[in-house]
Amino acid sequence: MSNLQAGTISAISNDQAGILGEWRSILDASSASRGVSPLELAQQTEEFLRLVIAGAADGTATGGVAGANWAEARAFLERLSRSRALLGFDSQHTASFIFSLKRPLFARVQAAYKDGDAALADQLWAVSELIDSLGMHTIQTFQKTREEVIKRQQEELLELSTPVVKLWEGVLALPMIGTLDSQRTQVVMESLLQRIVDTGSEIAIIDITGVPTVDTLVAQHLLKTVTAIRLMGADCIISGVRPQIAQTIVHLGLDLAGIVTKANLADALKLALQRSGLTVTRAV
Amino acid sequence: MERIPILRMGNFLLVTIQVDMHDQLALTLQDDLSERINATSARGVLLDISALDMVDSFIGRMIGTISGLSRIMDAHTVLVGMQPAVAITLVELGMNLPGVLTALDVERGMKLLRDRVASE
Amino acid sequence: MSSVLSSGTQPVRIEQDVVLARQVVRKAAIDCGLRLIDQTKLVTAASELARNTVVYGGGGDMDWAILEDGLRKGVRLLFRDEGPGIADLKLAMTDGWTSGGGLGLGLTGAKRLVNEFELDTAPGAGTRITITRWT
Repeated sequence: MSNLQAGTISAISNDQAGILGEWRSILDASSASRGVSPLELAQQTEEFLRLVIAGAADGTATGGVAGANWAEARAFLERLSRSRALLGFDSQHTASFIFSLKRPLFARVQAAYKDGDAALADQLWAVSELIDSLGMHTIQTFQKTREEVIKRQQEELLELSTPVVKLWEGVLALPMIGTLDSQRTQVVMESLLQRIVDTGSEIAIIDITGVPTVDTLVAQHLLKTVTAIRLMGADCIISGVRPQIAQTIVHLGLDLAGIVTKANLADALKLALQRSGLTVTRAV
Repeated sequence: MERIPILRMGNFLLVTIQVDMHDQLALTLQDDLSERINATSARGVLLDISALDMVDSFIGRMIGTISGLSRIMDAHTVLVGMQPAVAITLVELGMNLPGVLTALDVERGMKLLRDRVASE
Repeated sequence: MSSVLSSGTQPVRIEQDVVLARQVVRKAAIDCGLRLIDQTKLVTAASELARNTVVYGGGGDMDWAILEDGLRKGVRLLFRDEGPGIADLKLAMTDGWTSGGGLGLGLTGAKRLVNEFELDTAPGAGTRITITRWT
């Protein structure tokens, strides 16, 4: 990347107020600043321009905007794009915040050098490249923040879909609904195991009435969970095994020996109560 | 030499493992325990591993061996307090510890031992 | 591409080093932000491999590194020794097979507990095993 010459830097830093004014009016016109208060925008534009001048003035470091002299500017952009991503802005708006600074900067460079001067083309190129790479950095950060948000939401969704309920003192139930993929099964099972410890429950019922199909991996996870629950010192009952799923399990050649299954949740609860030494009778 | 303490409670022995065991310590415990079962005519052993954040195949094998040898010496071993993450890992590792009695905590383990001994 | 956030080496020469290796791995796994269950799986795999390094490899080293690869982070462990190596890889990777006194779950078990498993060995040329667990 070509560096900004001293002449360019002073042309920019001598007319900060002018640049900021033009930049803000471009931002206002392009609606890139929609939803950001004028005061906030004024602070952001001012700080960024200051950081650009500071970064460019320190010509000692190499490596373009990845260099140490741009660390502050990068940090500012990361904060900016992160806050905008969380506000729900799209990447275009965030990027045009940076790119719209180009025009006022170009105007200053043009004024600073004579027409036809080789330095003019060189410096225009340098400014363009600088703003582009800062813009790219913003987009990258923006993307990363958005991906983080998506990942967190996916995890929250997984947690929400794992309702471990207490049916009775010492009896937990996990009613599973919907298609089970391997990851979801794993998360669900882990939360069941943790609840067994937290509540000191000796019996856990996994009800799969609401599960349309199981594949090999999911069936294996189920079996592993049953074994893990036994290792922890509790018992597990699987209820609601529908005919198709029973067929799948047998076809897959999985060994269900030692696993207690019941047709439905009611039967499973009955067995659980019985094992706890309880009987249910009709009050006359 | 470093040793894991074995406590006597009536005709049961209680072992609480609270240190990150190296292999020799595990083997020593195995030997000590069989000595103590023999010396005290204990009818049951409670092996509390609630403080262990990891059980690998070596410790898993020790648990299986203790359970097996206590059985031969007319005592039952109950493994108590295995953490969920440890249980999942052990199953993934391929160690299902067949035949080893388990309970959620020491109190329930004690009850299980009493029931076993009373039914004999 | 993944970048290394921090790294180090833990000697694995004698039996007590296996315990130290476990503790080093636990700390790296916590620093990396692995969930408890993934920490446990990684530490257990490390325990199996560290024991192999001591018992079969005649001692060696464990290099550890915390990696960042885009959004995910992970812990990578390399167990290396200058021991006799493994002559029959297929046999060594069979569940239940053992050349020592164990249950033969060391290598295969460790492989099941991690996301990536790489084994590089030849008779007389030592053994290098790399495992990685991602968040």
